[in-house]
Amino acid sequence: MYSPQIILEAMLNGLMTGAVYALIALGLTLIYGVLHIINFAHGALLTCAMFAVWVAWAWLGIDPYAVIPLLVPLMFALGYGLQRFVIGPASHGDDGNILLVTLGLSIVLENVLLATFQSDTRTLDTDYSFQVVALGPLLLSFPRLIGLAVAVVVTGLLWLVLNRTDTGKAIRAVAREKLGANLVGIDVPHIYAVTFGLGCACLAVAACLLMPTFYVNPRIGGAFVLVAFTVVVLGGMGSIPGALLGGLFIGVVESLCGLFLGDSLGQLGIFLIFIAVLLVRPTGLFGAKA
Amino acid sequence: MTVRDLIPVLVLVGLAALLPLVVTASPVLNFLVFMLIVALGAQGWNILGGFGGQFSFGHAAFFGTGAYATAILQLRWGVNAWAGLAAAVAAGGAVGWAIGFLSFRSGLRGSYFALVTLAFAEVFRILANAAPLTGGAAGLLIGLDVRPANLQFADRAVFYWLVLGFVAAVLVLTRWIQRSRFGAQLVAVRENEDAAKALGVDSLRVKLRAIALSGAVTALAGGLYAQYFLYIDANIAYGGWISVELLLAPIIGGVGTVFGPVVGALTLHGLGEVAKQFAGRIPGIDLIVFGTVLVLAVAFARGGILGLLERLRDRGVGMLPPSAKSRTAKEVPNAGR
Repeated sequence: MYSPQIILEAMLNGLMTGAVYALIALGLTLIYGVLHIINFAHGALLTCAMFAVWVAWAWLGIDPYAVIPLLVPLMFALGYGLQRFVIGPASHGDDGNILLVTLGLSIVLENVLLATFQSDTRTLDTDYSFQVVALGPLLLSFPRLIGLAVAVVVTGLLWLVLNRTDTGKAIRAVAREKLGANLVGIDVPHIYAVTFGLGCACLAVAACLLMPTFYVNPRIGGAFVLVAFTVVVLGGMGSIPGALLGGLFIGVVESLCGLFLGDSLGQLGIFLIFIAVLLVRPTGLFGAKA
Repeated sequence: MTVRDLIPVLVLVGLAALLPLVVTASPVLNFLVFMLIVALGAQGWNILGGFGGQFSFGHAAFFGTGAYATAILQLRWGVNAWAGLAAAVAAGGAVGWAIGFLSFRSGLRGSYFALVTLAFAEVFRILANAAPLTGGAAGLLIGLDVRPANLQFADRAVFYWLVLGFVAAVLVLTRWIQRSRFGAQLVAVRENEDAAKALGVDSLRVKLRAIALSGAVTALAGGLYAQYFLYIDANIAYGGWISVELLLAPIIGGVGTVFGPVVGALTLHGLGEVAKQFAGRIPGIDLIVFGTVLVLAVAFARGGILGLLERLRDRGVGMLPPSAKSRTAKEVPNAGR
């Protein structure tokens, strides 16, 4: 049997991984909530951001956390441009087309990274990569604890942007009723692109939080994006608190499944939950009725 | 279905059958066999995705089931390879029906259906990667024993003809579906499920038949893959890339058409090879081409290559500018989305 301490530690570890999942899912759910599209390129965009963090550290010597203020506007601009000039025009507004265009984008991005950086797995080690914090009898990884804190703060910031700014109001208006928003003078394609940009900005933060303890290779995004889909579906497509809670929950589930079933089956629990939620309650636990 | 309906199929397959008499280099034949296997799997996808409008992002679930069924039956229970292949088809149909039963009954459509199929394929991949029955992460190696009774041939051309024969059979099947009552109902469900139901179409039954058929055909492709390359593992058979590849070909070639998947597979892999020749050893260059072609096809050629050809034929090649206007007019109802 496992001692309660091991189980507790696994749960806390899961909570910390889950915070980063939540951040990735936040971008995905925001894009879904407003544009009603599933962004298959989300994983590849995360990989891009992770490589950017790695490049900043390896070539320019910038600390991953210091990259956050640089990478966030950069990823925002990338997301804005992609939605405004590629995804929007290419998909003619049809849902099936959007799936395909974002899939095509993800294939291109992933393989451009592969062509540039080869398939090697890269890590960066900072002074604090392996630092631990003692919490009573439990030892917790310092960078991952920071990840948890920052993820919660970013979720709060995003909530504030959406609820307390004019742009946020416009985003919510477009999400609720696109045609009406257009009639009162909101530039819908612009708001779409802003939303996509915000989703990518979340990825920038997630990448900076991940890199001190994780590795990057051109295919890494796929693993995260499936988990992020699960989180989004579980939390309810388009729900921001749902993404945070869903992410934390999925992190714990993965960690416990890994503990009880072994590493190779660790992700099985996630996908079974994913299928079960889709089949039984596709609107998720916090989502409004579709 | 009349004989006249089948003439294009017969002519094209007849021409393709002559190919091994002209080219004998084994890399070329390998390329052709692999391309035909992809085309066959894509034909399976096209039955559900093209005619039924249900976009699956997890057809690897069927491809892998076919591959593993063929390999496991031979290796673990000494079943004859041909019987194994037949069992693979049955298994693919059964898995298709089961996944369809679960997801269609819950009313999953569009993006939700895409996601649930993706998740099923992942579950299969993780299980196959861990279970002893499927050889775990090491995969399964089918022993080399070249005898026609073992579905292994000394001459690659024979395998080419075999796969071509299956592709031709599915072309005929697809043509039949197109002309049949079942096909009409399937298209009706694709265009407007609620309206189809109102007219008395049992949409659940129609979709279940489509996904079972689709799974069976794609599993056949998987079984042939295992039998040609004699090795599979979870990341090949149930890998995400197979799912993508099987949907790319029909989308590029012409979704919901008889020849679309074959044209698409040929175009994609042809372009991929050309890119490799030009760019040398840059990894992933062929996939960059695939992705770009996909985005361009969705943006500019929504009926795929066949749709593009049809539009050109209808308008006469010299009269492109006025036709461009009529296309924008058609787009208006969707344009605001």
